[in-house]
Amino acid sequence: MNVGDEAARREIAVDRSRLVRYAGASGDFNPIHWNERVAREVGLPGVIAHGMWTMGAAVDVVVDWLGDPGAVLDYQVRFARPVPVPDPGQAVVEVVAVVGALDEEAGTARIDLQAVVEGQRVLGKAQVQVRLPR
Amino acid sequence: MPVDAGYVGRVYPPTPAYEVARTALAAFAEATGATHPAYSDPQAARALGHADVVAPPTYAVVIAQRAEQQLVADPAAGIDFSRVVHADERFTHHRPIVAGDRLVTTLHVEQITERAGITLVTTRCEIADEAGAPVSTVRSTLAVRGEDA
Repeated sequence: MNVGDEAARREIAVDRSRLVRYAGASGDFNPIHWNERVAREVGLPGVIAHGMWTMGAAVDVVVDWLGDPGAVLDYQVRFARPVPVPDPGQAVVEVVAVVGALDEEAGTARIDLQAVVEGQRVLGKAQVQVRLPR
Repeated sequence: MPVDAGYVGRVYPPTPAYEVARTALAAFAEATGATHPAYSDPQAARALGHADVVAPPTYAVVIAQRAEQQLVADPAAGIDFSRVVHADERFTHHRPIVAGDRLVTTLHVEQITERAGITLVTTRCEIADEAGAPVSTVRSTLAVRGEDA
C-alpha cells in the first residue's frame, strides 16, 4: 500500500424512504429531511439528506475495506454542500477512498474520502484515521 | 435573537446513562446502507474481538445529539434551530462502542464565533462508560444563520 492508492470506491443511492429510515434510526427528525414544504420555506431547493447520513454512508466503504468497524479510530468531515434528494427518484453519492498518509510503525493510515454528487463535492476535509489489519 | 457567546466554556453535568441496544445499532447500520455482519451478528463481532455487536463509526452522533439538546433547546442560548445547518463533525473513538454499553456524556461548549452574519457554535461531547473511562469524543459545529444571512 502506498500514499495515493485508491482503497475503495462505491456509488450510494439515496431516496426519501432512506432518509425517513435514517431519521428514525438516528432520532434526527428535522423536517427539512422529509418535508418538501418545510424545506422550501427555509430556503432550501427541497428535501436534503441529513449531513450525518452522508457522513455515515461514505465511511462504510472504508469499514468494508478494513473488515472491522472497530478499526476506525477518528473520522471527521466538513459539510460542504447539501445533498438534495428528489421525489420521485434518488440522489447518487459517488465515494472514493484514497490513502492519504501511512504510518507503518504505528500500523495506522489516514484515508481521504471524496464524496461527489452530480460533479460537486458534498464533503470537505473528509479524513478517516484507521488501524490497519496486521 | 443572537446566539449568547457567554455560553462558551460552559460544561454541563453528565447525562443519565444511555444504554446501547443491539437493535438500535442494527437499525442505524441499515439506514446508512452498512452491511458489515459485526453490526448485527454477535458472533461475527466476537470473532473480531468485540464484546458484542459493534456500533458504526458515526453512531456516537445519536448519543452526542441527545446531550447537545441541553444547549440547542435552551431558549436563553438563542439558537434558532430553523436557521441551523451542520458545518462539521468529528469522532475520535478511544474504543469501539458495543451493545450493552451504558454511556454517560458530558457536553462542553467550546467556541461561539460570528462572521458575516453566521454564528458558528462548536461543542464537544465526552462520552464515557459509567466508571468514567473515555469511549468517544464527538466535536460538532453548527452554523446559525442570522436574520439577514
